[in-house]
Amino acid sequence: MRLLVFASRNRKELLRDPLNLAFGIGFPLVLLLLLSAIQRNVPVNLFKTDQLAPGIAVFGLSFIALFSGTLIAKDRTTSFLMRVFASPLTGSDFILGYTLPVLPMAILQSAITFGAAFFLGLAVNVNVLIALVVLIPAAVLFIAIGLLAGTVFTDKQVGAVCGALLTNVAAWLSGTWFSLDLVGGAFKTIAYLLPFAHAVDATRAAIAGDYGAIFPTLWWVIGYAAATMGIAVIVFKRKMQSDAT
Amino acid sequence: MTNAIQTTDLAKVFGTKTAVSKLNLSVREGELFALLGLNGAGKTTTIKMLTCLSRPTSGDALVLGDSIVSSPYSVKEKINVSPQETAVARNLSARENLEMIAGLHGSDRSTAQTQADEMLSAFGLVEVAGDKAKRLSGGMQRRLSIAMALISKPQMLFLDEPTLGLDVLARRELWSAIEVLKGGVTIMLTTHYMEEAEALSDRIGIMVKGALKAVGTSAELISLTGAKTLEDAFVALATESGTSE
Repeated sequence: MRLLVFASRNRKELLRDPLNLAFGIGFPLVLLLLLSAIQRNVPVNLFKTDQLAPGIAVFGLSFIALFSGTLIAKDRTTSFLMRVFASPLTGSDFILGYTLPVLPMAILQSAITFGAAFFLGLAVNVNVLIALVVLIPAAVLFIAIGLLAGTVFTDKQVGAVCGALLTNVAAWLSGTWFSLDLVGGAFKTIAYLLPFAHAVDATRAAIAGDYGAIFPTLWWVIGYAAATMGIAVIVFKRKMQSDAT
Repeated sequence: MTNAIQTTDLAKVFGTKTAVSKLNLSVREGELFALLGLNGAGKTTTIKMLTCLSRPTSGDALVLGDSIVSSPYSVKEKINVSPQETAVARNLSARENLEMIAGLHGSDRSTAQTQADEMLSAFGLVEVAGDKAKRLSGGMQRRLSIAMALISKPQMLFLDEPTLGLDVLARRELWSAIEVLKGGVTIMLTTHYMEEAEALSDRIGIMVKGALKAVGTSAELISLTGAKTLEDAFVALATESGTSE
């Protein structure tokens, strides 16, 4: 009950911020439409809807990290978290309370991206539902990054780290805007040591119905998501017991 | 009369800096106890330890019979706190803020609604019940913040500089609200305002550099120092060397 009350508060805070809606839903849609328009005029395989939509879906999730991180950081810096820490909520209640409301938002954001992609030619079939499931580990990864950043940084720093750095890293190293094979070398190696390109590849495989290609690459995302969430939980619990709140 | 708070050599050290030094303090049940001190005297650190937000470096305290070190969750079930800064959920309405805190302290939905009605009425917030907290004036937000600390019907209430930053009228309104509570709930209040401590408190403790320098009624402190006013007594105690109790 206490966990649900806290989760409900966090959901309301996130959904009632118009900037969250504008960036979380509006920005990915604008990019999808813009790059699809480019593809129509200058045909590029990478910007075909079945290639582009998975990339935009993963890129859009980077904003989820920004939203959850900013919420937690603001709660810390405004003493709100101090008030709630003085209640009988447990450490697990706090972590789940911040995580649970964001996950459906992330899935909804991806669904809206694919929904828009239907109008741009993406095939309407069961593969899209599978892609939504494949995106869940990536959503958890970005939520964990937000939890970690919000626990460590101020809201302004979260804006810089998640809003600028993470979105750019997730964009450039995911293979969404350009083919990583074209760049090759160390850039491609680094990109595939990180989870973002794997998340895009796994989602593209799901959309293509190439189920056998999902899992080798999705393990990277699952591994990163588990490790990052583990670190976020440890850091949050330590912070909760420290004096910096 | 039993003690609501009994500290035993309670201490907090940050690196090489001693924030609170072997504090031995008792607060009686139903009493309003004011803690005075200059900035950095250790008032807020003391409150953070007593509300189980910060673990003592050494020593312990019994709050309503439970140890803050070994039974923090039992303590948290019985207390509430109004932090130094106004701590409200900005995108939630005044009513939603109150219902949320009631829920976090274990009230079911209908009980939380009833408790919120009581607090809205008691703190003159009925007309702004549906307004988002961020739209309320500073005085209204502070009243809401204190109402949130009271909605769980705590046996022990901690008010950390409750009137900081309020104008004279808002401060007087808040004094009236605190006066109503006296006797029914034990209150520990920190403040920089001498007239506030004098007007509201049964007893006053003066902290200097992390140590409790003197405890007594306003008249006793004035008599102790041979001063004419509480402010003069405070200045005399805060500027002389050595500690008592």
